[in-house]
Amino acid sequence: MDLASFPWLSFIVLVPLAGVAVLLFVDRRAHDMLRWIALDFMLLCFLGSLFVYYYFNPNNAGMQLQEYREWVPSWGIAYKLGIDGISLFLVLLTTFLGPIVILASWKDIKVRVKEFLISLLVLQTGMIGVFVSLDLFLFYVFWEIMLIPMYLLIGIWGNPARRLYAAIKFVLYTVVGSLLMLVAILVLYFMAGKSTGVYTFDLLKLYDFAVPVRAQFWMFLAFFLAFAIKVPMFPFHTWLPDAHTEAPTVGSVVLAAVMLKMGTYGFIRFAIPLFPNAAIDAIWWISVLAVIGIIYGAWVAMVQDDVKRLVAFSSVSHLGFVMLGMFAFTTIGVQGSILQMINHGLSTGALFLIVGMIYERRHTRLIAEFGGISKVMPLFAVFFMIFTLSSIGLPGLNGFVGEFLILLGTFEVHPWYAVLGASGVIFAAVYMLWMFQRVMFGEVTNPKNFNLSDLSAREVVVLAPIVIFVVWIGVYPNTFLKPMEPSVNKFIEHVQKKRTAIIETDKKIKLSGSDLTIALTAQRDGRSCVKPYAQ
Amino acid sequence: MIPIPAINLGSILPALILCAAGLVVLAVGLFVRRGAVTVAALISLVGIVLAFMTNSPLRALNAEAFSGLVAADSFCWFLNILILIAVGLTVLISAKYLADEGMALPEYFVLLLFCAAGMMFMVSGNHILVIFIGLETLSISVYVLAGIHPAIPRSQESALKYLLLGAFSSGLFLYGAALLYGSAGSLALPALAKYFQAGSTSLMAKAGMGLLLIGFGFKVAAVPFHMWTPDVYEGAPTPITAFMSVGVKAAAFAAFVRVFFDSLAALQVNWSQILWVLALVTMILGNLAALVQDNIKRMLAYSSIAHAGYILVGMVAGHTEGTSALLYYLLAYTFTNMGAFGVVALVGRKGEANNMIDDYRGLAKLHPLLAVTMAIFLFSLAGVPPTAGFVGKFTIFSAAVKEGYVGLVIVGVLTSAISVYYYFRVVMKMYMEAPATEPQALHFGPAVVVGLLIAAVGVLYIGIFPITYLDLAAKSVMPLF
Repeated sequence: MDLASFPWLSFIVLVPLAGVAVLLFVDRRAHDMLRWIALDFMLLCFLGSLFVYYYFNPNNAGMQLQEYREWVPSWGIAYKLGIDGISLFLVLLTTFLGPIVILASWKDIKVRVKEFLISLLVLQTGMIGVFVSLDLFLFYVFWEIMLIPMYLLIGIWGNPARRLYAAIKFVLYTVVGSLLMLVAILVLYFMAGKSTGVYTFDLLKLYDFAVPVRAQFWMFLAFFLAFAIKVPMFPFHTWLPDAHTEAPTVGSVVLAAVMLKMGTYGFIRFAIPLFPNAAIDAIWWISVLAVIGIIYGAWVAMVQDDVKRLVAFSSVSHLGFVMLGMFAFTTIGVQGSILQMINHGLSTGALFLIVGMIYERRHTRLIAEFGGISKVMPLFAVFFMIFTLSSIGLPGLNGFVGEFLILLGTFEVHPWYAVLGASGVIFAAVYMLWMFQRVMFGEVTNPKNFNLSDLSAREVVVLAPIVIFVVWIGVYPNTFLKPMEPSVNKFIEHVQKKRTAIIETDKKIKLSGSDLTIALTAQRDGRSCVKPYAQ
Repeated sequence: MIPIPAINLGSILPALILCAAGLVVLAVGLFVRRGAVTVAALISLVGIVLAFMTNSPLRALNAEAFSGLVAADSFCWFLNILILIAVGLTVLISAKYLADEGMALPEYFVLLLFCAAGMMFMVSGNHILVIFIGLETLSISVYVLAGIHPAIPRSQESALKYLLLGAFSSGLFLYGAALLYGSAGSLALPALAKYFQAGSTSLMAKAGMGLLLIGFGFKVAAVPFHMWTPDVYEGAPTPITAFMSVGVKAAAFAAFVRVFFDSLAALQVNWSQILWVLALVTMILGNLAALVQDNIKRMLAYSSIAHAGYILVGMVAGHTEGTSALLYYLLAYTFTNMGAFGVVALVGRKGEANNMIDDYRGLAKLHPLLAVTMAIFLFSLAGVPPTAGFVGKFTIFSAAVKEGYVGLVIVGVLTSAISVYYYFRVVMKMYMEAPATEPQALHFGPAVVVGLLIAAVGVLYIGIFPITYLDLAAKSVMPLF
């Protein structure tokens, strides 16, 4: 069989579901067996994604490894998958973390193990599906499917005190945003259909459709809301600290490492290329919100007394950087933004794992309860230090590269946003190092901390692979930047070109004299469909 | 000599078979004492399967029968299937319920079958009086069924309420029909269509249309004609509530669509504005009221009001897209709501003692499979993919967006975001909370298991592979346009 033409993307999307099917027939009391099976399927999924990487051509800017199958042909809905330089590493990040979260939950989750593993596997399918779908309907289905397993993860295995509140808050925030996005998707579908005669949810075909400027604003706003809630951007971030704090460790890891990226990915794949004029017009206020997020997240993180909450707020700050770089619309800025998505996934994911490990031992996460832990758990201290520094952005580790590229790319076009954003790096050093100092250094004062056991072999296996990538990206980021570059250039070029084209047609419409000409031009350009929506 | 019009029994054969099965049950009930319920249920199922088989020729037809009183077309075909699914699932759920409650009443099934036959007449009626006769046949059967539980006073109360308000709405419906007759000189739908197409619109005809709209609005439980719904749904025996919320609603919507799109199409500008308002308030009020319910039957009652609102959005959108979306939605809703009420009937236990939402605490631990099934139904009601409920909402909303009703759709999606809260609340109780006292394990009968399985598989199957059913729905509304 020809390996190159094997549908690898479908393979990695469906393997976790196959795992679910197998788990259904395993005795629910055989906990270890359930875990091994889930782990095997996650590893298989990761292996599949390595093939995706292998067959991916880094010099090609377009969509690769495309797969197409009709689903609801009369509606123009298809099962269409594809991958480019922008989504490649997000997919790899997701599949890479899959086995890690199973391993990390090995000792942590003791009740309803079967349901837990099934939730994780379904979640994995949903997340990979979001990153590889090229059909708006398919994308929406994957986007919504993830909601249920995440809801269950927080609600069932979360922190007993406030898990129900956190779970429903997470669901409601997400649903409101995504349903409005669904309306915008439908409007786009009919607008494009009426004007071109081809009704389709195919993303690549919709890329070529020029939405009239006035309609763009509203549709961009609907997409913005859905994605901004997911990112989360200030001021839509309030669900995040609750969800993160109350979720079980691996729930937080998946949430931080992958699910937040779906918001930022949504901007870069859907909202911006579909509505370039509205996106460019939105640069100033989105950048302002991003800078507020960077500084506000850092300040709030500084005063947290719970380590997990601190890491959660640091996410708000880091994701602010990602948004800032993306809306610079320079190659460097966007590349930095994508790289920072990966970096944040690795380092914040790892920090949540670290917090989970100490929580398993002490059943508390309050900074005041700790102190001098580095003396009792030296190995743990090493890992914790590495991830803390990576999160701060120490040169030589991954965080630095991403943040540096973002600030560089932003400085070219909006120096002031870059200057303000850069202060976030300093604040990050403050809150992270201060926390690290209070937890790890000094004398061991709390008697409960005297006999903590250091990391087990399993825990080292969980953390070590992440360290490899943290250093790799930090030292030689080109491995990751190179395959992104063609796609990123294409993205920026597409946005600029489409934007100018739409402005040109708009001018023509405005300049042409009589009402009749306006109506005729409008009909040709698909503006006629604006009317019914304006009623 | 009076000429005898051609009689085409084939066009109403499914309904006749249901009536015949009802009569057989009635006769058998006289002789069989022990196990009467099981025998009656089996006979009913046989009747339903036979009716299902004789229904298929209708699909290819587009004819009238009995001098144009009855239409035999694919629209009937689709709705007959819906009605048969609803009544079949009701029979499956009821057998266990009746046994538990000690109600050895074969008449229960007789009424159920007659009611379904009434529905079939209603959806195939090509004349307002035939529709009215169908409506009354089904209503009278449901009045009795709602009050059939001897031990629960609430059941009788619900029956009386339904009877009084139902009689009132029937009166309005008839009054509307009279006004239409007064202006058009006929109550046959094609004749009415011709009258209105000629451009004659008197105030009397418009008033008649308005009264018909109220009559239908009452049966589909649209706000502000919904007042009876929560009380009646709460008091009636759960399987009957299931049947009412699905079957009666589907039949009423079908007749609603046929009358308004077939004969009153010329007045669409007028009534679609009224329906726009009705849809808006129905979605908002249904969902908001469902938020605060503690009794699961009341919660599902308000949710069924809310769903009537979504279906009305399909009517407002109109055209082939809107009406076919409406049919698909009804199909999805049939499986989903029958399933959800089936679980409620099961969990309710003897005397319907456990109908509070709090009674669902810890169900996932006690009966994991039952909890998963209920979760599937709830997710479908909330419109989460990959369930039928999602595709239903999606098609309805997309039809409305296509016609430019974006504002209505935005209200629709925001209210369904609200609905997520109360549907997920039940999931939360089942999976995330522990019961106050250790509940007794439930006993399943084979019939209930089969019923719930069909419903759950249906919800997932037509949700993941919707194409066949969307196409069928689109073909079924062809006779109307």
